Amino acid sequence: MLEIHDLRVRVGDVEVLKGLDLVVRRGEVHAIMGPNGAGKSTLAKVLAGADGYEVTGGTATWDGEDLLGLEPEERAAKGVFLGFQYPVEIPGVSNAYFLRTALNAIRKARGEEELGAPAFLKLLKEAMAFLEMDDSFRNRFVNVGFSGGEKKRNEILQLLVLRPALALLDETDSGLDVDALRVVSRGVNSLRGGEHAVVLVTHYQRLLDHIVPDRVHVLAGGRIVRSGDKDLALQVEAHGYADVGASA
Amino acid sequence: MSDQAIDEHLRKAYEHGWVTDIESDTFPPGLNEEVIAALSARKGEPRWLLEWRLKAYRHWLTMTEPSWQKPHHEPIDYQSISYFSAPKSKDDAPKSLDEVDPKLLETYEKLGIPLAERAALAGVAVDAVFDSVSVATTFREELGRAGVIFMSFSEAVKHHPELVKRYLGSVVPIYDNYYAALNSAVFSDGSFVFVPKGVRCPMELSTYFRINEMNTGQFERTLIVVEDGAYVSYLEGCTAPQRDRNQLHAAVVELVAEGNGEIKYSTVQNWFPGDEEGRGGIYNFVTKRGICKGRGSRISWTQVETGSAITWKYPSVILKGDDTVGEFYSVAVTANRQQADTGTKMLHVGKNTRSVIVSKGISAGRADQSYRGLVRVNKGADNARNFTQCDSLLLGDRCGAHTFPYIEVKNPTATVEHEATTSKVSDEQVFYLRQRGLSEEDAVNLVVNGFCKDVFKQLPMEFAVEAQKLLAVSLEGSVG
Repeated sequence: MLEIHDLRVRVGDVEVLKGLDLVVRRGEVHAIMGPNGAGKSTLAKVLAGADGYEVTGGTATWDGEDLLGLEPEERAAKGVFLGFQYPVEIPGVSNAYFLRTALNAIRKARGEEELGAPAFLKLLKEAMAFLEMDDSFRNRFVNVGFSGGEKKRNEILQLLVLRPALALLDETDSGLDVDALRVVSRGVNSLRGGEHAVVLVTHYQRLLDHIVPDRVHVLAGGRIVRSGDKDLALQVEAHGYADVGASA
Repeated sequence: MSDQAIDEHLRKAYEHGWVTDIESDTFPPGLNEEVIAALSARKGEPRWLLEWRLKAYRHWLTMTEPSWQKPHHEPIDYQSISYFSAPKSKDDAPKSLDEVDPKLLETYEKLGIPLAERAALAGVAVDAVFDSVSVATTFREELGRAGVIFMSFSEAVKHHPELVKRYLGSVVPIYDNYYAALNSAVFSDGSFVFVPKGVRCPMELSTYFRINEMNTGQFERTLIVVEDGAYVSYLEGCTAPQRDRNQLHAAVVELVAEGNGEIKYSTVQNWFPGDEEGRGGIYNFVTKRGICKGRGSRISWTQVETGSAITWKYPSVILKGDDTVGEFYSVAVTANRQQADTGTKMLHVGKNTRSVIVSKGISAGRADQSYRGLVRVNKGADNARNFTQCDSLLLGDRCGAHTFPYIEVKNPTATVEHEATTSKVSDEQVFYLRQRGLSEEDAVNLVVNGFCKDVFKQLPMEFAVEAQKLLAVSLEGSVG
């Protein structure tokens, strides 16, 4: 369970999160919506441990353990996964090699046995087939020369291979065409209902047609200003943020 | 990446820093004609070779040390160097690994390259050079059956004087440069390879060089000849123990490829780079040159350079025959106060000659690195083609990378391309990889290995693995 209490975060001189509270249980999918600059991406990055964000107050825990004091890779080992809004290119490193290195780094940190090449390849091939990805993506360099949509699909591939306990997906839907959106949603939905918690950060309701959230939160001015069920997203879509109590 | 974290790594002691205690028979320091005569006599050399040495020595006396290079060093006192050192076991050389001094084998163990295991499992023939004199040779018989000659230079002088006489100095003449002249005068030992017409050498040939005597300059001499249609892949790797004095290493490597012959020469170099202030490291001033003599021959240099206080070398290819190919693939890593001025020369003489240069430089700490390359297309070299790719990767913001490409084209049909890039390991890349579970160091290593991929894929498999390991050790903690 992810528990965030009164979280305050500064970026430079600006306080971006001003006392944010959020609880996401395993098995749930929560959507976080809000106007530009509300602090949605900041929340995702702070939870993953990115540099440049200063936590000035509050707590964030996963299954009761503090997250904010951990290095990014320690959080990854605990099962925190950030689907990047802008995935990074790693020239000269194949997608398959990268993913196997990542998976085994996490397994090792947990005291689990590393996965051998044949077992990994089987896992990777299944995930790629599920996401309708061409075999060539295995040997292409990580995100190098990928289109915007391919990069996002590649993030979901990583999600499926690593199967994190807590998935934070930062605007995974932006830049996707209808087919890609369908495939990406299928990937995320495959984590549903079990041990996984999912937090979707999004601008648009359309993603939520494919991944129906258990809870929807509106983040504005550095706080959650309103929470509700999936209908809240529709309300936002119809009337804008001002109408649900959030000013941009 | 913070400078503090970079400093922290750079303070780490050299991993391979130790000295093996083998009693040795060493000349007192000093250089004159008597020393050269004694050296030659000690090795039982023929008269012509002594005269060749003396000719080189007399020429060397007329030369001055070059000063055009970027790296700087304290003046070298050539009279303080000892010009001969041999392990005691030399006179009754071992017939098998069982007879090899266990301490020597232990040394290889520490390097993570156990001789016995490598020889037996990897099928690699090893001519181990341990301070100037070869003490272990394996697989001689199998190579002999194929007609391949692979032995120490001294043995070759004894058993194949006609071949040595024909090719020695034919690619790097004694008057070539200051250090090559010095090497010609005082070279101690090295490797000799001869692959006769039409023979494909049945295994990778490998030599591990070690500098293991205090204050003993090493002057290796290597000569590799492949006849028409013959092929050999030669692997050279080295590390050295820690010490408190700068050591000069001025080797000469000559390669000769006759018609359709091919030589692949791979180097992984990890000599002591000096402490964090650059004290005590090896000066690596090496002349490496190959000639593609006959039509359709091919020479390829691949090097991974992580050690030495100063690396100063330009493995080169003279493309004399028509339709010949020269290649140079290089990864050079400099950290702390290391300096490297390295690159290649491709000299196009014959028609339809091609050359490829891929140079990857990685700098960390306060290190300084230069790529210096010459591509020359002579008047008669119709349709010559060159492609050069020079990439630099910087870790931290106190290191330097420079590129000095020299291009001289005297034939209008030539095509010469040069591409250069400079990049940094970005914070975004490191965070992305750490978010996926990699430690910070592993994240940087992954990015660096990706950067070097084009070069590593040229190395034989087990060497590529070793190179990656070495790179990781060299850059350990270079990030923060």
